[in-house]
Amino acid sequence: MKKLKLLITGLGIATFGEASADYALNLSPGVTQLSRDIYDLHMYILWICVAIGVGVYGMMVYSIMHHRKSKGAVPAHFHENTKLEVVWTIIPFIILLAMAIPATKVMIEAYDTSASDMTVKVTGYQWKWRYTYLDNGIDFFSTLDAKSNEARQLGVRSNPEAVPNYLLEVDKPLVIPAGKKVRFLFTAADVIHSWWVPQFGWKKDAIPGYVTDAWTRVEQPGIYRGQCAELCGRDHGFMPIVVDVKSEADYNKWVEEQKAQAQKAVADAAKTYSMAELMAKGEEVYNANCAGCHMTNGEGMQGMFPAIKGSPVATGDLNTHLDVVVKGKGQMMPSFGDSLSPVEIAAVVTYQRNGFGNNMGDLVQPSDVSARN
Amino acid sequence: MTEATHEEYAIHDEHFAHGHHDEHDHHGPAKGFMRWVFTTNHKDIGTLYLVTALIMFLVGGAMALVIRAELFEPGMQYVDPAFFNQMTTLHALIMVFGAVMPAFVGFANWMIPMMIGAPDMALPRMNNWSFWILPFAFTLLASTLFMEGGAPAAGWTLYPPLVLQGGAHLPFAIFSVHLLGMSSIMGAINIIVTVFNMRAPGMTLMKLPLFVWTWVITAFLLIAVMPVFAGAVTMLLTDKFFGTSFFNAAGGGDPVLYQHLFWFFGHPEVYIMILPSFGVISTIIPTFARKPLFGYSSMVYATASIGFLSFIVWAHHQYTVGMPLAGELYFTYATMLIAVPTGVKVFNWVATMWKGAMTFETPMLFAIAFVVLFTMGGFTGLMMSISPADLQYHDTYFIVAHFHYVLVPGAVFALFAGTYYWLPKWTGHMYDEKLGKLHFWLSTVSVNVLFFPQHFLGLAGMPRRIPDYAVQFAEFNAMSSVGAFIFGFSQLIFVWVVIKAIRGGEKATDEVWEGASEHGLEWTLPSPPPYHTWTTAPDIK
Repeated sequence: MKKLKLLITGLGIATFGEASADYALNLSPGVTQLSRDIYDLHMYILWICVAIGVGVYGMMVYSIMHHRKSKGAVPAHFHENTKLEVVWTIIPFIILLAMAIPATKVMIEAYDTSASDMTVKVTGYQWKWRYTYLDNGIDFFSTLDAKSNEARQLGVRSNPEAVPNYLLEVDKPLVIPAGKKVRFLFTAADVIHSWWVPQFGWKKDAIPGYVTDAWTRVEQPGIYRGQCAELCGRDHGFMPIVVDVKSEADYNKWVEEQKAQAQKAVADAAKTYSMAELMAKGEEVYNANCAGCHMTNGEGMQGMFPAIKGSPVATGDLNTHLDVVVKGKGQMMPSFGDSLSPVEIAAVVTYQRNGFGNNMGDLVQPSDVSARN
Repeated sequence: MTEATHEEYAIHDEHFAHGHHDEHDHHGPAKGFMRWVFTTNHKDIGTLYLVTALIMFLVGGAMALVIRAELFEPGMQYVDPAFFNQMTTLHALIMVFGAVMPAFVGFANWMIPMMIGAPDMALPRMNNWSFWILPFAFTLLASTLFMEGGAPAAGWTLYPPLVLQGGAHLPFAIFSVHLLGMSSIMGAINIIVTVFNMRAPGMTLMKLPLFVWTWVITAFLLIAVMPVFAGAVTMLLTDKFFGTSFFNAAGGGDPVLYQHLFWFFGHPEVYIMILPSFGVISTIIPTFARKPLFGYSSMVYATASIGFLSFIVWAHHQYTVGMPLAGELYFTYATMLIAVPTGVKVFNWVATMWKGAMTFETPMLFAIAFVVLFTMGGFTGLMMSISPADLQYHDTYFIVAHFHYVLVPGAVFALFAGTYYWLPKWTGHMYDEKLGKLHFWLSTVSVNVLFFPQHFLGLAGMPRRIPDYAVQFAEFNAMSSVGAFIFGFSQLIFVWVVIKAIRGGEKATDEVWEGASEHGLEWTLPSPPPYHTWTTAPDIK
């Protein structure tokens, strides 16, 4: 039924209005001064193009209507007019100048990262983002949220429309204060990524070995969404960006919470957990980090991603298993040593060794993970 | 022509098609498959290129349909994301190197000697070799689909470090690129040598048909940039297998260096695909407007300017890599300049139509659609030259719409136009005009249903090269996919029209199109032309 409806939509715009009110035709003016300047520039060039198009296409249509043999037209013989040629070389040149001047102004604005109030370092990983607040040491990863991740599995009979913000939701958004000039530094850990929130007006590549920068000053608190824009491998389409812009007071509160949580995490890593605790936490971590390839049911994907269920690693030597998770393996299996805390690694490895019918009975404690470093 | 080729022809039969004789026609082609393997005849080689291009067009098109099927609705339905990436990569490589480029080389082989009054290409044996490299190159590339880890999946741009994560396919893809490059360079050398040495007496450079001019400039671009590309991919190969670090930052290399090298090749490459299209369109519009081409010399100079500018604008593909401000601005200004000579061309085409006496056979329909829709791609190109605005457009469906507008209703429509235009000359039979028109209307309507909504998708925030998307992009993706399937299956009509014309049909006159003999030497030859043409050079007025 859904397919049929889309097919009808595809064939004619008749059903469009009711099909979805969400679709957009044009660039968003965005939520910053810079994004509005870029939007205005876009509309300015668009209208110039439309005007030229109306002129050129108008001449063509007139010619096609009137200068046709079937209407008894007799061909003229002119084939040169130097004056005309000079005119239509110079006029476009002047039009280009009229475009270049505002373009230069906006580009200078986009490149001015000076006098910023705070700096966030953004690191691209396959396939998640890491946000490091250089001013206060907050540091976390941001990945596709579990609901979208489940719904996007190949062949899953789920309904993406039922998932809120399908593919545009993360487990932990970037949080920045409204009204402050935030400078971003971009780099990457593996391949090239590109950080893009359309409502901020720009994207910037995150390149391993490079540090690139950009800035924003968002006026109003709100949630703004974007995606990785540079092909970065299998899950390129599944590393969204969510920015939660908070009022200054809320932002400060959030910073305090993060600091408290960080302290708690240190304490947690020293604790000993029960099997039930580790399994519950492990499932959460697994679905957010592993299920993308190894599948939620742990069966992997034939010929591409090994199963966890009954795998020689998950049912073999514990140290080898920890090695694979912490350091990664081969081209496809990324290392999780940086992105997961000892508690998370302990939980997910416990989950993998005891879930999916593996029943190894191993209990991995965070201290076992920390002890390895 | 060399002594050897004369001897070779001497042992062959009289003539292959319908006993069309004239006094120059005392050698004919060999029989059977070996004719095609050993041929040094420009017409045979032209046919080989064109048939190969058509097959690759269908293969690359089938891959596009896999992509559009997956993108028909949100959610992952048919293919794994990794396979999706292989499809986008191979679709592009096959369409660029397998369909568009060989098709234009096919046109060049068939038409350049006939247009300039030469008996054949200057280097016929090399001509044979430059074609016969291609099947091997494509076999290498296609074989990667069956390898562990699959085909290349890092996009046709093959950016490191991503491309270096690939497995066994990498050396195969790179050797395939090497072979394709060798083939292109040999083809280009052949065209340049032919045009500069084998023109009939009186055929001065400024009398050359515009199609020949555009190809000469294209050939120079090919010779200049294919080695750069070959070098860049070889550096990928040594980075992967021999421990070098050209593009590896951890070893002191630079991943962005690859992008500069690639686009130094890649930007001229897009003109390699479009300049011969300009030539075809500049040939067709005057014939059907029954008027000489307006501004011939300005067309030649505009083509040369575009060729030159193509070398100094490459980094407009990299506005988001974090170049210095001065670099961003320089590449913005230089890129905008391309609009001037391109505008001159469009104005000249319109002026050629102006006060003509037009008729609208299939070649003219495709030519008019080319001017309209290519210009659309030109407008979006101009928009993207503006670096601050490109910070939004870059790597979205907006650019996908842009380059498909210049390559599909651009280059591919020029190929359709040229095929319909010269098919009666090549085969001696008129094609089925009704089917031709049906092909035109289906293609033109569906290509817009396919690509126009992609502008909206890009502006609304949909990145390119993603196998699944947020639900607010559903409507336009569905529309685009419906257009893709109609466009794809419409091409079967084209295949049928070509086969039908080869097999028979109304006899074509020598001139084929009313008054065409004033528009090119090829129309003074019989249809089909004898196996060897212009063994005695024609008189040029």
